Amino acid sequence: MPKITYKDNQGNSKTLEVKNGLSVMEGAIQNNVSGIDADCGGSMACATCHVYVEEKWLNKLPKAEDGEVDMIDMAFDPKKNSRLSCQITITDELDGLAVTTPEKQS
Amino acid sequence: MIKTDVIIVGAGPVGLFAVHQLGIKGLKAVVIDNLDKVGGQCIELYPDKPIYDIPAVPECTGKQLTDRLMEQIKPFKTNFYLNERAGEVKANGDNWEVKTNNKNEFSAPNIIIAGGIGSFEPRKLSSKDAKKFEGKSIFYSVKNKNDFKNKNISIFGGGDSALDWALELSKFSNITLIHRRNEFRGAQHNLNEIKKLEKKGKISIKTPFQLTNIEGNEKIESITIKNDNDKTEKVKTDIILSFFGLVMKLGPIVEWGLNMDKKTILVNSNNFETNKKGIFAVGDICTYPGKLKLILSGFHEVALASVECFKRARPNEKYRFEFTTSSKIIKDRLRKK
Repeated sequence: MPKITYKDNQGNSKTLEVKNGLSVMEGAIQNNVSGIDADCGGSMACATCHVYVEEKWLNKLPKAEDGEVDMIDMAFDPKKNSRLSCQITITDELDGLAVTTPEKQS
Repeated sequence: MIKTDVIIVGAGPVGLFAVHQLGIKGLKAVVIDNLDKVGGQCIELYPDKPIYDIPAVPECTGKQLTDRLMEQIKPFKTNFYLNERAGEVKANGDNWEVKTNNKNEFSAPNIIIAGGIGSFEPRKLSSKDAKKFEGKSIFYSVKNKNDFKNKNISIFGGGDSALDWALELSKFSNITLIHRRNEFRGAQHNLNEIKKLEKKGKISIKTPFQLTNIEGNEKIESITIKNDNDKTEKVKTDIILSFFGLVMKLGPIVEWGLNMDKKTILVNSNNFETNKKGIFAVGDICTYPGKLKLILSGFHEVALASVECFKRARPNEKYRFEFTTSSKIIKDRLRKK
């Protein structure tokens, strides 16, 4: 199973094996990774699963659709490498992906 | 003090259907919601997005679902208390008393919490100075536009709220519209108007910029904004208007002494009562083994909770299970012949 690393803004990090087909958000929720709230449950409607994607992985992800970028407008402290973790689906190609959660989600 | 049979907290789809399930049993309810309209997340988060898993409704939008529920509960002539948040709760004998932040007080033997993921509140600016100026020079909504005359106003956001107010307030104030990227998500006709006003020098657009600092002591004097390349600019500002949508906060319900699991309320799955007799939780806000956060699950939960509500509200009557197709009493209550 692909390994995904979740870091928080304090530098703590947790690497987990997450099944293909789950989203990065679901991987976090199912494993009690703090820092990802996912209030809307993955319907791209709340921006509380906001993460920063490590630069080298950014280009390997499918481009964010308009709805996601619109939602990131609402997120806390958005940056160039901001994504909603509910919109990143885990595949073998993403083995080793690292994301960092922001200081807070809302 | 307004007396009723059930106080429903939350006017989302499940709260609305609660009115129906209680109504056909002859129970009266009031509905309290912090939003200015009914529909909850369906209206606030996805009014135009399709929903495909409402039984017998192959496809409908959040708005359509809300409209149909409102039509379905019309016969019960329920009072809605919108723009109000349920605050403290206290027990008085067999009744519960709920106060809202609008100073309304309700008393009933039952409370159904259908609060979704919490009440919607404006997403606030994260700058540490933002709190200090909130309500004085920083606002998250416009109540009276006359308060915004002849000022230097910096508006943050890329959606229609930001664009609408930039257009409206530019009639009598200097507007700077600041957004974190070059694309706005507001309606194109709004954007065309804004661009026209920018050419005329009535609105200044700063993209892709974000707020980094607020200067001023008693009142705001200027703000500093920064773009992706760390270029900073100072903008003369008297008032900040920020439109970053809404967030959901559980709010005072957390203090009600209910058993919680993270942000959800623990209930039994027989009647969806919490650890407090007569307080029920249904829909996204409740949890129990196997819980699914689906609208249809909420509908089921509220049907069962309404039976227990009946028993508490009418202790001297026997509850009779009836079908809407055949019960004359229910048809009368639904004003059907």
